[in-house]
Amino acid sequence: MDMESKTSRLMLEVRGLNKKFGHVHAVNNLNFEVRRGEVFGFLGPNGAGKSTTMRIITCFIPPTSGSALVDGMDTATHDLAVRRKIGYLPESTPLYSDMTVKEYLAFVGQIRGLRGSKLKSRIDDMFSVCALTKMADRQIGKLSKGFKQRVGLAQAMIHDPDLLILDEPMSGLDPNQIIEIRRLIKRMGEEKTVIYCSHILSEVSATCDRILIINEGRIVATGTPSDLTSGHRGGGSKYALRVKGDGPSIKNSLASVSGVSVIYIDDVKDGWCGIRINTNIKDDIGEALFRAVVDGGFSLSELTRTQTSLEDVFTQLTRSEK
Amino acid sequence: MSTIAAIFKKEFASYFISPIAYVFIIVFLIGGNFMFFQPFFLINQAEMRNYFSLLPWIFLFFVPAITMRSWAEEKKSKTMELLLTWPLSDAQAVLGKFFASLAFLSVAILLSITVPITLFIIGSPDPGPIIGGYVGAILMGAAYLAIGLWISSHTENQIVAFILAFVTIFLLMIIGHPLVTAKVPSVLIPIFSYLGLFTHFESIERGVVDSRNVVYYLSMTGIFLFLNAQSLGRRKSE
Repeated sequence: MDMESKTSRLMLEVRGLNKKFGHVHAVNNLNFEVRRGEVFGFLGPNGAGKSTTMRIITCFIPPTSGSALVDGMDTATHDLAVRRKIGYLPESTPLYSDMTVKEYLAFVGQIRGLRGSKLKSRIDDMFSVCALTKMADRQIGKLSKGFKQRVGLAQAMIHDPDLLILDEPMSGLDPNQIIEIRRLIKRMGEEKTVIYCSHILSEVSATCDRILIINEGRIVATGTPSDLTSGHRGGGSKYALRVKGDGPSIKNSLASVSGVSVIYIDDVKDGWCGIRINTNIKDDIGEALFRAVVDGGFSLSELTRTQTSLEDVFTQLTRSEK
Repeated sequence: MSTIAAIFKKEFASYFISPIAYVFIIVFLIGGNFMFFQPFFLINQAEMRNYFSLLPWIFLFFVPAITMRSWAEEKKSKTMELLLTWPLSDAQAVLGKFFASLAFLSVAILLSITVPITLFIIGSPDPGPIIGGYVGAILMGAAYLAIGLWISSHTENQIVAFILAFVTIFLLMIIGHPLVTAKVPSVLIPIFSYLGLFTHFESIERGVVDSRNVVYYLSMTGIFLFLNAQSLGRRKSE
């Protein structure tokens, strides 16, 4: 494949991006790319550098070094052209609270260069896409958090941007609102490139095609949600067992099974031990575990295999090494 | 241009949403009229010179009140991050806000038209100096506003913005005043009196709109609007 068609497939290219605030290295040598049409999850604990990265991509602040190319254009040199391509919802959903929803969208549309009937039809589109019709003449400051979030989304989408950047779009929403906004994001993701920042894993794994996890400004993992869960790191799985007998001796007989890396005994109740096992191989060793228990002369009431969840991957990867 | 117009419209409308604006306009009108008409019948002259000589002092309170919110509020509510990631230049954002504040100030000044109307009813004043005085007042107001806006872009606290704008304008007013120029080395006197916001209004008070004064107020306005755009861009070098 030649270079040109490769670039045109990429909506965002981040190369060696660094941002320092005084002594704080907020973003540390980030390299990643987002393909056209992808819903890309940008994940990390609070303070990992997600928002800083987004602020660089949206041209709010420049990087200390490195570059970000949006649709092939450098944020440093094509500032206004890049901003035209992007729809952005910042972390705290800042809106002008004294305007009505309609006034606000008209204002943003005008700044985005929409006029007359085009502006009108885009506002109407946003009302229906974001289910805001009933709220058109309400003051933004008096709306519930969920509606404010939708106004924020409408603001980001009014000019039909190629790249939509959403920074923590679910924060402060109740479960019903989350489901609604998630549905909205999925729908937008069918046509657009979406970068979705979050510290909540289940959100990202439910909506995104690809995920990047950063911690303390660095990339710690990247891949599809299933890549990350099935054996991206170590590739083990977990087993939960309930065995009747004496804890240490059960532990001894289970330890001999190949593939077992860690054994925890959680609770002991009426002679039954709750046991958790982590493995370090991909294969299912359920049968070998069963044999080991039976051969040791213990009784078994429960044996389940659980795949490593994204949550596990996330905590494992982002746990501070201090 | 249409981007500036969009910002202008939104900002201008936002002045009238808050009741504070109305309060300030009313205080401005009552205060100005009261101070002018109180000695008016003693002086017994149908001219507005005394009214215009009050304006620099009234503006000293009124203009910081207009501009304090402008950027400080955007910073505090973080709407600045959206505003400055929309496709508009820092200069467009600054000009939109500046023209909105100037329009608001002009509305307040125009509402004081009751003063010349009264004069025309009870006497026959010379309209030339009155028109000149109004033009000068708007020019001086523009310079005050540019200073106030620039200061508002440095803080997220409106009260701080008000106080700092008040102090800055006050200092720029008095450096040309005889009280100050009497104490500075004689080499500096022309510079001080040229820089003083006050010096240039004295001839305007008399109704003489001299091109030197126009140039002075326009360049003060231009310099502070430029500084304002710079201070927005400062986020880029931090």
